[in-house]
Amino acid sequence: MADLSTKISTLRLKNPTLLASGIMDEDAGSMQRMSTCGAGAIVTKSIGMQPKEGYANPTILELEFGLLNAMGLPNPGIDLYGQEMKTLQKSKIPLIGSIFGANAKEFVTLATKMEQYGAAAVELNVSCPHAKRYGLEVGNDTSLLHTIVSSIKKKIHIPVFVKISPNVTNIVEIAQAAEKGKADAIVAINTVKGMKIDLETAQPILSNKTGGYSGKAIKPIGIRCVYDIAQSINIPVIGVGGITTGEDAIEYFMAGASAVQIGSAVYYRGPDVFKYICKEINVWMDKHGYKKIAELTGVAYQ
Amino acid sequence: MNIPTITTILTTTKEATDIKTITFRYPKTTTPGQFFMIWIPGVDEIPMSVSKITKDVKGITFRKIGEATDALYDLKPENKIGIRGPYGNGFTLAGKHPLFVGGGTGIAMLAPAVEQARNRKLKSTIIIGVKTKKELFFEDRLRRCGATVFVTTDDGSKGYKGFASSLAKDILKKEKIDAMFTCGPEPMMKTLHSFCKAIPFQASLERYMKCSIGICGQCCIGKGLRVCLDGPIFDGKTLQKIEDFGVYKRDAAGRKIPF
Repeated sequence: MADLSTKISTLRLKNPTLLASGIMDEDAGSMQRMSTCGAGAIVTKSIGMQPKEGYANPTILELEFGLLNAMGLPNPGIDLYGQEMKTLQKSKIPLIGSIFGANAKEFVTLATKMEQYGAAAVELNVSCPHAKRYGLEVGNDTSLLHTIVSSIKKKIHIPVFVKISPNVTNIVEIAQAAEKGKADAIVAINTVKGMKIDLETAQPILSNKTGGYSGKAIKPIGIRCVYDIAQSINIPVIGVGGITTGEDAIEYFMAGASAVQIGSAVYYRGPDVFKYICKEINVWMDKHGYKKIAELTGVAYQ
Repeated sequence: MNIPTITTILTTTKEATDIKTITFRYPKTTTPGQFFMIWIPGVDEIPMSVSKITKDVKGITFRKIGEATDALYDLKPENKIGIRGPYGNGFTLAGKHPLFVGGGTGIAMLAPAVEQARNRKLKSTIIIGVKTKKELFFEDRLRRCGATVFVTTDDGSKGYKGFASSLAKDILKKEKIDAMFTCGPEPMMKTLHSFCKAIPFQASLERYMKCSIGICGQCCIGKGLRVCLDGPIFDGKTLQKIEDFGVYKRDAAGRKIPF
């Protein structure tokens, strides 16, 4: 049996599979269920300053090779979300508080509250492809990103992860800006901006028209991004994008990831997907003589 | 692929004040208790339980209560809507003498289950509970199933004056009811649940839904049970462990809203 434990900055994880933000993580009960399904850590829904209802439906479409969504960052707001986090304080599972804001001040407030609520780390969502004023509009500006990350790092003691977008000209520059701001890890990638048009009504189906594409189809994009980023920075990378099987996770480790996040595969294989993927990683590592995740990280470019 | 299938509305029928049934061609196999996501292009997409099932044609019955249902109400035959589904688990009929209790528009989705019970030659009793007789519908359709039908109105304008749950309590004492199926206001269903410790009980729950395919978490209750995928029908044993049942739901932002 290989050792599946991994370390991201000061955060120790029993296994390298994290629940990605936005999937079954808006309330305490859902996060409890996902932790019993074997996730090594849970990333919360992205939480902002105020309650936000998100976009009207349709908000998610299952296409041939992936899911297209434009939820619009629905969340109850940081103050109410504290109740959900507190319910989970007794559980041993690390919670990573995902947050989004329009400027450094908002991000600092959100990160400070997440730390108070007992989060083991925070993840900055600076990469949502479909939220006006938030997400990608923040994450595509290297100097603003640097300011946000460094302001947060001055105020909190838990690790700060930065989730970045592939919808940019140069993802490596963005990762480097986050590293310069003293980020503890990079999470790559968020969804890929896309659209689906209905032929009969001749209109985009998502109410927001554009959305973020996830699932199997985007795995090669994520692998390429992780491969490029991991070689250019000295902090860990958490790989995300289309991971459905243990071998998908292995591929991300080889590209340079120290852990992975899983989202759409909860739809493809059910909530127990974390158990399945850990087992598959284990079988593959045993068969190929690897004992630790760290032995695999970045072997594709070393 | 799970994108809305565009279909043409075949019929629209006014059932009662502000309540309509629309039917459309949709040949996918559907079980009583399951629901569709109904896309009204340019307006919204909302979950609607099936209220009429034939091989090729399905129907939904709804009350005008907001932007989406107002738009749906105004649609005419030949207009187009998009359908995804059916989703969810549906009822699993049990017992030989079931009691069906529908509150308000909840009766709409119970009707196909009553018809299924008739096909299986079960002896059904039904309570249709409405505020006032102007909101009553499906009474004749359910009587045609050979079921014993009771009507309750809050204002006494027809049938038994009072709550459907009060009449249900009386019927449970007098008759040998051996299973209960219900859809309606959650506090009513919670009361009914408390009467059914010893017999099978199934209730159809309603929550704000977004993805309808079990990933976004919007409709979760208890310890992560997804109303869209693990439900919308939950049995008595499961409901026993769901602390939110009959207590609160959540709005589109995930805030708790007490019943």
